[in-house]
Amino acid sequence: MKTSFTLNGKAVQVETAPDATLLWTLRDALGMTGAKFGCGASLCGVCTVHLDGMPVRSCLTPISMAAGRSVTTIEGLAEEELHPLQKAWIDEQVPQCGYCQPGQIMQAAALLRSNPRPTREEIVSYMNGILCRCGTYLRIIKAIERASQSR
Amino acid sequence: MNGQNESSRSTISRRQFLAAAGGVTFVIAAGAFAPDIFAEESRSVPGEDKQITAWVRVQEDGRIIIYNPAAEMGQGSMTALAVIIAEEMDADWADVQIEFSPIEPSTYGLQWGGKLGGPMITVGSRTVRGYYHALRHAGAQARYVLLHNAAEKWGVPMAELNTGQSVVIHKAGGRKMSYGEIAAFAKAPPQLPEIPEVEWRKPEDFRLIGKVIPRFDIPGKVDGSAMFSIDVQVPGMVYGAISRSPVNGSKPELLNEEDVRETEGLIDIVQLDHGIGVIAETYEQALNAKKKLQISWSKGAKAEGFDSVKAYALYHKTAQDKSVQGEVVERSGDVAQALRSAYKTYDIEYNTDFAYHAQMEPLNAVVSVAADGKSAEAWVGSQAPDTARRAISETLNIDFSQVTLHPCYLGGGFGRRSMADYVEEATLLSNKIRRPVKLIWTREDDVQYGAFRPICLQRMQAATDEKGNLTGWGHCITGTGGGLLDSGATINYYTIPNRLIEVRNIDHGVRTKHWRSVAHGPNKYAIEAFLDEIAVDQGIDPYELRRRLMKDHPRELKVLDEAAALATWGEIDKEGRARGIAFCERSGSFSAAVVEISLDRSSGQIRVHRVWAALDAGVVVQPDNAIAQMEGGIVMGISNVLQESITFRNGKVRQSNFHDYPILRMADAPESIEVRLIPSREAPQGIGEASLPLMGGAIANAFLKLTGKPLRHMPFTPERVLEALEG
Repeated sequence: MKTSFTLNGKAVQVETAPDATLLWTLRDALGMTGAKFGCGASLCGVCTVHLDGMPVRSCLTPISMAAGRSVTTIEGLAEEELHPLQKAWIDEQVPQCGYCQPGQIMQAAALLRSNPRPTREEIVSYMNGILCRCGTYLRIIKAIERASQSR
Repeated sequence: MNGQNESSRSTISRRQFLAAAGGVTFVIAAGAFAPDIFAEESRSVPGEDKQITAWVRVQEDGRIIIYNPAAEMGQGSMTALAVIIAEEMDADWADVQIEFSPIEPSTYGLQWGGKLGGPMITVGSRTVRGYYHALRHAGAQARYVLLHNAAEKWGVPMAELNTGQSVVIHKAGGRKMSYGEIAAFAKAPPQLPEIPEVEWRKPEDFRLIGKVIPRFDIPGKVDGSAMFSIDVQVPGMVYGAISRSPVNGSKPELLNEEDVRETEGLIDIVQLDHGIGVIAETYEQALNAKKKLQISWSKGAKAEGFDSVKAYALYHKTAQDKSVQGEVVERSGDVAQALRSAYKTYDIEYNTDFAYHAQMEPLNAVVSVAADGKSAEAWVGSQAPDTARRAISETLNIDFSQVTLHPCYLGGGFGRRSMADYVEEATLLSNKIRRPVKLIWTREDDVQYGAFRPICLQRMQAATDEKGNLTGWGHCITGTGGGLLDSGATINYYTIPNRLIEVRNIDHGVRTKHWRSVAHGPNKYAIEAFLDEIAVDQGIDPYELRRRLMKDHPRELKVLDEAAALATWGEIDKEGRARGIAFCERSGSFSAAVVEISLDRSSGQIRVHRVWAALDAGVVVQPDNAIAQMEGGIVMGISNVLQESITFRNGKVRQSNFHDYPILRMADAPESIEVRLIPSREAPQGIGEASLPLMGGAIANAFLKLTGKPLRHMPFTPERVLEALEG
C-alpha cells in the first residue's frame, strides 16, 4: 500500500503493508528513529509524534491515518535553531538515558502550542501520559516552565 | 552507520594502536591491536588526528577526543570520566569530544586490584569510583606526552614548560603552542612514565572536577540523533522476534511451522532452547509471524507451579525454623544470648515482591554474522560490552578478536543490561541466515521473560535493655535469588553489640537479576522500618534513635543530620501529613532522606509530597549530575515502593505491560526534591543507587507516624494500605 504525507515539511510517499503502523514506518522505512518503541500499546508515550500538530501515539496509529496529513517528529521540531523546549531541556539538563525524551518533548511542544502559559497543574495533567523510568519528571516540569517563560 | 563494514577496513592501516602491557602503555605498530571499532566512520569526529595515549586523541584543529569505557545509560558517567582525564591533561573543556572506547578490557577495564584491566562493566555504581584514580593518571600521562613533544620541538627542558587549558607554555621563552599544533608533529614516546600522584593537579586547583559541566550526551538526546541500538540500521538488515518459555526452563516444540512459513515477509524460523525465533523483512511482519506460532512447551521445569503469593508462607516458615542455619553474612557477639537476656525483644517480618526493571528501551540488539560464520559485528547497548562481545564469540565458537562490538546508548539499564541473553539470541538468529538481524523484544517479552529483583522476606529481631538501648540484632533474609539477596543487610554505621545476619535461599527456578541497588531496596526498607517500629514502641524520636546508634560514626551522622536539617525535622507536620526518615549506605556512599506524605484514607493511596536528601559520596565529579541521579533514584524508588509488583502463578509471570506493571507517572511524582551534597575530599563513591533504597523505609516511617500503623509488605499498594489501616 502506498501512502503519501508530509514528513517534517517534506512530501514523502511510502510503500508498506496495509496494517503497518506510523511508528514502524517512520523508524524503519523513513529512517526517523527519534520516535521510540516502548510498549506498543499507547501506555508509555515514548512514540509520540505530531499529526497535523496534535500529539499522537504513533505505535497504535495506522499509517493510513497519516495519508494527506502532516507528520512532525523530533527530527523536524527545530526550525532555524533548536525549539525553545529543546534549549530548555539542555539548560535544565533533563535527560538521563534519554529514551523517552523525544516523546516528552513532542508532547510538551503540543502543550505549548495550545497553551503557551500552562500552570504547573496543566503541565502535569497534559504530560502524564509519557513515562520516564529515570525519574526526570521534575526537571521536565522546570524545562517546560522555562520554555514557556522564554516565549 | 551505513557502509561501516567496508570502509573501516581501508582506514585501519593508517592508524596507530595502543596496547597495555604490565600496566604500562606502549605505542605499537598497527596490526597487533586493531579492532574494527577504531573505524573512522564509527567516530563522532572524523579527520586526521594523533593518538596521544590509549585514552586520548588530539586533532590538528585542537579538538581533543577522550575515550569513555563505560556504558552510558543515563547516569552520566561518559561525561564524568572524560572530565577526570581533561582535568589532569589540562584540556579546555570546549575542545573535548567523547567517544566510546574500544571494547578491550585489558586496556579499558575497571581498576581491579588498583590497576585498569578488570571487566568493562557498568554496574554497582562503580564507574567513577572504579576509574577515578586510573584516569587521573591517564590524564597526567597525556599531558606528559604533550609537554614532552613541545620540549623536543623547542629544544628546552620539560621542566621549563607548563600547561594551561589546551596550551603548552614556555614562560622563559615567552612562547605558547596549542595541543592541536603539537598534534601535527607529535610522536608518542616509546614508553609512558608513571606520573607520581604528587604531580597530579591539586584538588583545590580543579577547574573541571566538582564544577557544573553540561553533559556531553544531552544535545543528541533532545534532537533525536542519539543512537540507541534499536535505532541502528545496517544494509540488508532484517528483523527478529522470539516467543520465549512462559515457564522458565520449559522447551518449545513448534506445532505449525508450515502455517508460520506462509506469513508475508517471513525469512526463517529459528529453533532455540528456550523459544522459537522468527525472522522477517520488517519488524511488524516478524510480530505477525510470532503471533501465529503454536508451541507446545515441555513439562517438568523447576519453576512449574511456582506461586509467588503463596511463597511467603514458605519464607515465613523457613525464617522461623530454629533448626536451620543460613549462610552467614555477618556474625558478631551472641544474638541468641542477647535475645534471651533482653529486657524487651522485637520480632517482625517484612515482605518485598519481585520487581521488574522496566527500562524504557526494550531489550534489543543488532548482530551481523559474516557469510562464512567466522566473524561478526554487533551494535549493542550493554552494561557489560566485553561480556556481550564474548557471548557472541562463544555462541559462534570464534575468537573474541573476530567480533566487533559497537557500543550504543542504553535506553535504561538498571542491572538488566549486564546480562547478554538478548545478544546471544540475536547472534543465533543472525547466524541462521548469515545476515544482519535486529532482534527486538516487545514490552510483553521484556516483562514476561524478565529477570527480576528477588522476592524476599526479612525477619528482623532485636533485643533492648531497660533503657531502650539495642543490645542485639538479628536479620534473616529468605527468598529466591542467592547472591542477590544480601546486599545492604550490614549496618556497620549503627553500633549494636550482638549481630547475626544470614540468608536462607530457596531456589524456585525463576529468573532473577541485579536491579538498581540490588537487595539494598528490600534490606534497607526492613532495617529502617524496623528501627522506627522500635523507636515508636520505646517512645523515642526515630531521628534521635538513629543519632544514638551513629554516635561512633561521625561521617554517617553528618549525612543524617544534614537531611534532617534540610527537612526541618521536628517541626510540627501540616494537617494530614507526616514525615519519615531513613539512612542508607550503598556503593561506598552515605545517604539519608526525609519524605513527607499524605494518605487518602478511602482509597488507600499514599502520596509523597516532598523529599529532602543528603549525600556524602566523597569527591563528586559532576555535582549537578549527582543531584539528577539522586532525584531519579528517589522517583524510581517511590515508584517501586508504592506500586511495582511482579507475581507468578503456575510458574508464569502474571503481568505483561505498563497497564498491570505501572511505573510512577508525573502526577504521582513528589512536588519537590531537595538534595544537599556534602563537600568532601575523600575518594569518590557510587551515586547512581544511593537514594533509591531510602524510599521504602522513609515512606513506611512517615506512614507509621501518620497512622500509627506499620507497613510490612512492599509495594505499599492501596489494597495493602487499607489492610494495614484495619490491622
